[in-house]
Amino acid sequence: MIPVLLIVIPLLSGLATFLIKQEKGAKTWSLLASLITLVVSVIGITMVKDKAALSANLEWLPMLGSSFSVTLDGMGQILCLLTAVAFPMIFLATWNASYKNAKSFYALMLLGQAGLMGAFLAHDALLFYFFWELALIPAYFLCSQWGGERRIAVTMKFFIYTFVGSLFMLIGIIYVYFHAGQNFSIESFYSAALSPKEQNWLFWLFFVAFAIKMPIFPLHTWQPDTYEQSPTAVTMVLSGVMVKMGLLGVIRWLAPVLPMATWQNGDTVGLLCVIGMIYASILAIQQDDLKRLIAYSSIAHVGLMCLAIFVTSEKGMQGVMIQMFNHGINVIGLWIVVELIERQFGTRKISELGGLAQKAPALAILLVVVSLANVALPLTNAFIGEFLLFTGVFTSTVSKMGPVFTAVAGLSIILSAVYTLNMIQRVFFGNTNQLTASAHDIRSNEKIVLGILVVAILVVGVYPKPFLELTQGTVEAIMSKMITKHPI
Amino acid sequence: MKNILQLVWMVPVLPLIGFLINGLFRKQLSKPLVSLVGCLSVLSSFVISVLIFLDVKNGHTGVVNYFDFISVGKLHIPFAFQADQLSALWLLVVTGVGFLIHLYSTAYMKDEEPQHYARYFAYLNLFVFSMLLLILGANFVIMFIGWEGVGLCSYLLIGFWFKNNEYGNAAKKAFIMNRIGDLGFLLAIFWMVLKLGTVTYHTGDNTGVFDLVSKLSTFDITGITLLLFVGATGKSAQIPLYTWLPDAMAGPTPVSALIHAATMVTAGIYMIARSNILYTLAPVTQTVVAVIGLATALLAATIALKQNDIKKVLAYSTVSQLGYMFLGLGVGAYTGAVFHVMTHAFFKALLFLGAGSVIHAMHHEQDIRNMGGLKKKLPITHLTFLIGCIAIAGIPPFSGFFSKDEILAAAYANNPIYWYLGVAGALMTAFYMFRLYATTFLGQFRGTEEQKHHLHESPLSMTFPLIVLAILAALAGFVGVPEVLMPNSHALGEFLAPIFADSAKHAHAHHLDHSTEYVLMAVSVIGAAIAIIYAIFRFTRKPDLQEATGFGKVLADKWYVDEFYNGIIVRPLNWLGKFLNTYIEKGLIDWVVNGVGRSVNYLSRQVRLVQSGQVGSYVLLMVLSILVFFVIQFFLKK
Amino acid sequence: MKIEYYIVLSLALFCIGIAGVLTRRNAIIIFMCIELMLNAVNLLLVAFSKMHHVAEGAKNVAMAGIDGQLFVFFIMVVAAAEVSVGLAIIVMMYRNTHSVDVNFLNRLKH
Repeated sequence: MIPVLLIVIPLLSGLATFLIKQEKGAKTWSLLASLITLVVSVIGITMVKDKAALSANLEWLPMLGSSFSVTLDGMGQILCLLTAVAFPMIFLATWNASYKNAKSFYALMLLGQAGLMGAFLAHDALLFYFFWELALIPAYFLCSQWGGERRIAVTMKFFIYTFVGSLFMLIGIIYVYFHAGQNFSIESFYSAALSPKEQNWLFWLFFVAFAIKMPIFPLHTWQPDTYEQSPTAVTMVLSGVMVKMGLLGVIRWLAPVLPMATWQNGDTVGLLCVIGMIYASILAIQQDDLKRLIAYSSIAHVGLMCLAIFVTSEKGMQGVMIQMFNHGINVIGLWIVVELIERQFGTRKISELGGLAQKAPALAILLVVVSLANVALPLTNAFIGEFLLFTGVFTSTVSKMGPVFTAVAGLSIILSAVYTLNMIQRVFFGNTNQLTASAHDIRSNEKIVLGILVVAILVVGVYPKPFLELTQGTVEAIMSKMITKHPI
Repeated sequence: MKNILQLVWMVPVLPLIGFLINGLFRKQLSKPLVSLVGCLSVLSSFVISVLIFLDVKNGHTGVVNYFDFISVGKLHIPFAFQADQLSALWLLVVTGVGFLIHLYSTAYMKDEEPQHYARYFAYLNLFVFSMLLLILGANFVIMFIGWEGVGLCSYLLIGFWFKNNEYGNAAKKAFIMNRIGDLGFLLAIFWMVLKLGTVTYHTGDNTGVFDLVSKLSTFDITGITLLLFVGATGKSAQIPLYTWLPDAMAGPTPVSALIHAATMVTAGIYMIARSNILYTLAPVTQTVVAVIGLATALLAATIALKQNDIKKVLAYSTVSQLGYMFLGLGVGAYTGAVFHVMTHAFFKALLFLGAGSVIHAMHHEQDIRNMGGLKKKLPITHLTFLIGCIAIAGIPPFSGFFSKDEILAAAYANNPIYWYLGVAGALMTAFYMFRLYATTFLGQFRGTEEQKHHLHESPLSMTFPLIVLAILAALAGFVGVPEVLMPNSHALGEFLAPIFADSAKHAHAHHLDHSTEYVLMAVSVIGAAIAIIYAIFRFTRKPDLQEATGFGKVLADKWYVDEFYNGIIVRPLNWLGKFLNTYIEKGLIDWVVNGVGRSVNYLSRQVRLVQSGQVGSYVLLMVLSILVFFVIQFFLKK
Repeated sequence: MKIEYYIVLSLALFCIGIAGVLTRRNAIIIFMCIELMLNAVNLLLVAFSKMHHVAEGAKNVAMAGIDGQLFVFFIMVVAAAEVSVGLAIIVMMYRNTHSVDVNFLNRLKH
């Protein structure tokens, strides 16, 4: 029942938001709805131990062999928690922003949440595809209606790019469907009879869709543009949560369905990931726009997660699970800071800012902690994730390239320090200029949101055990599917 | 108290609490309260450390497990602390010297605004916490946590006066160069996980890294130790990653004393001493360590000869002394290296604090060319500084003599060339230290009238640490008197013996006969004495005030290493970034992506022309299409 | 009579119709040509129907293939309706553009 609630609450409350006239009302209502979702997901993760309550299987399209099958497994739990945490945070942090036609904005946000939840929970391929697109459409409208000046062109690119990817995936899904006894359920997909040759080209169909979403070099160019042009609240959803759909897709719908192809193409994909990490890190150093800087940094981090999936190692996979959550939290923290800066000064250009630490010490401190998490300093959450990811890649028994990948990808942790510290120094340290001389510190609601994020960062960084245990079952299940079908 | 080891968690936690109080309530607390919290937390850590040390001395060592830090599959990394001889010794040095420097800072930083004053002490406490984590960790991951933590604090403290962009750059440089080393460290950890599946030093059931060394091939051990050493070169400022340390002098002087002289930079030595068994089994790495150490010692010493900033001289001297410690590690003289860490912590902290006292008296003047003749005005600072200089120059019976002699003797036994070069470096050390001493304290005062007017001895909270450290710098050497001078009086060696026991089994110790050792000692002491006398004689009357020329300029400009790094790393990276941004990202990838869209657009524009709007053309098309269908239907279809 | 005569005749009519549609620009003439094509097909239908039933060996030769002729009447009725609509369009076109030239109506390309 819980997973159905997680989808239905944001869906219905989102539709209801369209009817609320006042901006304030729409704001409060959507915050309330997202908090209820949060409570439900926390209950689902901590209190409900009954397996039956964590999954639901309703009739949907029986003639097609598809059902409304949603399950809250370990990966679903951690991602739903991320989604459920992210939305109230986003609403709170952007509380002082005002949008024209606010009710539609908040309604679309909640619909997007429903789509994301669905994609994370679906255990039926058609349903997964359905929610995958459902999450995309609100994002399209949000970016194109409330975005920056180049929003129309950029959103078009974003939409067509991801949509083309989705169509490739749809072709793949339909092909597998016919080889899985005309059934869309995840079990039949896992036991589909596919020859290595079929697996190989199906792999690329699926991978392109997921790689665009993550994104993986060289399919990433929509991302910096979209992040730059979207309203920051939407950017937070896109990079904090939606990116995880791509990773989840690979973990749940690609690697176990096509294990042989995953094994065969692992090194090729790994190479792309490693190139992408270094490439994005070097580009991040060059960026002057804060949003673009964070976008490239995010590409580098996601590349590492993808790499860890494709080397097929348990530690790496466990690292991906926890890092998906961490990356979401950290990147949302960074976006909040960007949003606060942009709202106060009307610019995101690093070269136009400076000396904020004197005027806004609270913001500076919170940003420094979040940035340190972004460079994976120990005792922050990202260290746990990156440590496991790198360990997984290095110690992989499947990929022969493990140590090489680790050493090269490891350069990105140096580069990440370069661009993050550059950013901190040029925005926060040094002397104030005309623009920042009259700056004020952040409001208390913003302090609270960032404070919560910082506490989350430190708690997961010091005591990650509960999170690691949460996803252990899923990791083992997926690893067994990936390993046993290997031709070795 | 029954089992003092159970209290070991308090050692790092107390400074952490100090950090939290000072950090969170920095706007509410008054300055005296901040100082009290800052100093008291470290002092209580020190007291507990002393208790632990005494307990360890009685043979009670052990590991305390707290919780599972990371646990995935077969890999278990506990959050555990280890109290043994090595960590107990380091605890004493860190908390002891740390406390003195906290005390010193209360006076040195008193002009800061209350909020920044609290921030300073918060960072300092956080540093002590991280350093203690590094020392106490019972596995490499916990050590790494502390390792990066101290790097962070170093970053924060170098850039403490954040309004100054140059300080910010120095801080950034320190952090990034440390990160390069950290990558090596991390790779070494991964390698251990790959081969052994564990990162714990020792375990009860003998499944720790050091218990399982026999399972590693020579290639693995060499690789792991080399990577660990890369980490050490970053943190302990060795070639090729040493250039951040002199720049790090941008931070407040007590910070330079604590972090960049006494404690943090010795983390690399701690790490290698901790994993001594691995190094003993990897002779190739040992040679690398010794050569890099020696090269750093000499390079830094030559640069120090021509520096005019009082802190820069001390910074290069630190790099140089660290080089000696690595030489010691490389030739297997682990005890000697640890010994030198300890004595160096005392006399270098003393020298830095003395320099701080001078800078304080001179109103933030750091150029020794504008000093001179401070002897009378700053009697305590002068005397303690002199003791520090004698100690570092290696004149018996001051502490530096004993520790340096132990390293050099071991180096001679390993390879006499090490000894010749090492002594050359030691002579340079004596020379530049007394050049510094003579230029600063002797001769005539060369500052402005205003500075002269304000010259004053520092308050007690600054001179007290100086006096304590001076006593330690003078006497600490007696815990490690060499066998040849007084049999069975190397207390430190006996104390540390359990740590290096395994290495001792594997190493083929070369023992020098006593006459050789006397000769070596005499040569280095006499050489140092001559260098000292020459330096004092030369620089008291006529300090070199001119800009250096010729080869001296190369030294004064630090062999142009910074410029070299700029040329081969920073600028190419920038250039590459610009190239990728303009040509690959926008010029190629995005062009292709947009090109797909553009070509669809273009094609549809062309196809649209078919639709002319002329009814006749539509009909013609229709007729032609029908004809084509006919042709296909009747003639082409089989 | 041989069927070939009918086929050749209706083919000729049809081709005249096509040629007219393709070459003329006057809407009324095009319309007439379309009718011509339609009637060519009608003629063929009647002829085929008659010949087919005779060849099948129908007893009453006069009544054979009467259903084909019936259909043609249907078609002619529908065609008449269509003509009225078509002519109405042409009239409307003339009112709007003062011309019955079809090439004048090339708005579709925009």
